[in-house]
Amino acid sequence: MQIFGAEIDLQPIWLTLEIATITTLILLIIGTPLAWWITRMRSSVKVVLEALIALPLVLPPTVLGFYLLIIMNPNGTLTEFLRWFGFEGQLTFSKTGLIIGSVFYSLPFTVQPLMHAFEAIPQRLLDAAATLRAHALDQFLTIVLPLSQRGFLVAATLTFAHTVGEFGVVLMVGGNIPGQTRVVSIDIFDHVENLEYTEAHILSGMMLVFSLFVLMLVYGLNRRFGVKVG
Amino acid sequence: MKLTLCHRLYVLSLTLFMTSNTLAAETTIAVAANFTKTIEEIGQAFAQDTEHKARFSFGPTGKLFAQISNGAPFDLFFAANEKTPKAAIEKKFAIKDSYFIYAQGALALYSASLPVATQKQTILTHSKIRFISVANPKTAPYGTQAIHYLKKTGLYDTVKPKLVNGESVAHAFQYAITGNAQLGFVALSHLIDPISPAKNKGEYWVIPTSDYEPINQAAVMLKRGENNSAAQAFLNYIQSDKAQAIIKKYGYSIPK
Repeated sequence: MQIFGAEIDLQPIWLTLEIATITTLILLIIGTPLAWWITRMRSSVKVVLEALIALPLVLPPTVLGFYLLIIMNPNGTLTEFLRWFGFEGQLTFSKTGLIIGSVFYSLPFTVQPLMHAFEAIPQRLLDAAATLRAHALDQFLTIVLPLSQRGFLVAATLTFAHTVGEFGVVLMVGGNIPGQTRVVSIDIFDHVENLEYTEAHILSGMMLVFSLFVLMLVYGLNRRFGVKVG
Repeated sequence: MKLTLCHRLYVLSLTLFMTSNTLAAETTIAVAANFTKTIEEIGQAFAQDTEHKARFSFGPTGKLFAQISNGAPFDLFFAANEKTPKAAIEKKFAIKDSYFIYAQGALALYSASLPVATQKQTILTHSKIRFISVANPKTAPYGTQAIHYLKKTGLYDTVKPKLVNGESVAHAFQYAITGNAQLGFVALSHLIDPISPAKNKGEYWVIPTSDYEPINQAAVMLKRGENNSAAQAFLNYIQSDKAQAIIKKYGYSIPK
């Protein structure tokens, strides 16, 4: 597509959005029970789990990417594990691998807002439900979910946006394959490296506007509903 | 005793004044990442043999260029290609006459698991190969020349679906040595580096230089380095026998 006289390949944009969407869905499915479990936990293991989940926030993405490169290689632990379930391909250099990497990378952005939302639910409501013989699942579906709607909204938005902005992990395990692993951030890196500044400007500008929009959305939600983030 | 801010500034300026007079000049040099080990060793020899000191900033060539064009404080620029230093001259960031090719890279095929040393180029069609890593041909000369080689030998169409791009030649090497790519087009310098992980893992075959265009790495003096005696001294030093021997030791050749 022609934008400002520069030829912009849209495929990396669609691919980025696809990976971010799938990652967000997977993380909501995994992250919800995980966040609930940790929130309800009373043992000292809680601290360890909380720290583990926050790890991708502080680790350089290159560290995560480097480990992923090792566990996802054709003889790596993760690949071997998936082979038990009939997996035949290779994780690195594939969309599947990138999504797995993104799930690790964006995990805290799903789990932390959800934990904050869950913690805010008064225990007495759950106790009352229990005296009415509501099962744990019942309690979760009828009390916890409706009360933490906004927490879910924030978790989903942040996870999506953070996955879109991912670079280091993709750089390490992606292999820059069009349609599989060439996402926008990698595309921008290549344009800069190749001195194609017009293209880099257009794509970077799009990322900037997108990120600003998402953050405004999150802060808007915060203001209106008082949802805690991070 | 409590010093006032004024005192502190006075002492600081005095120290700075003294160091700048008693010590020799220092130069800051932007260097393409693939040349890291080599230039560090040259830098040590440079510090011993002259009264000057060289500091290095490593990165991908294009990123260094972006930094230079935005005023990064570098005196010299050692790129991984010819194109970028030429662009620096064209944009008037660099001094035209200072342009020279400081090293030529050599391309090798490396595999952590397959017998590439004996099977040579025939390994490219080996059935066990799922991926072949190569530096991004769009941005890295090693990648461009790997593709050139494949086209010249008529293997390009066969192996094309298996190619994966590393962002740099070091990255392509990393893919190959971790086994993520079963074969990789890598820089010979990464293989014969004394502390290379390839020393005791896998094997390689050096691609005949007649099968690809020279991988020339060029350097220029930047405008900022013009009045820096250490920068000029470093340019002279890198063409000394001692420095050239170090360059060759790391698997590069020197153009005549």
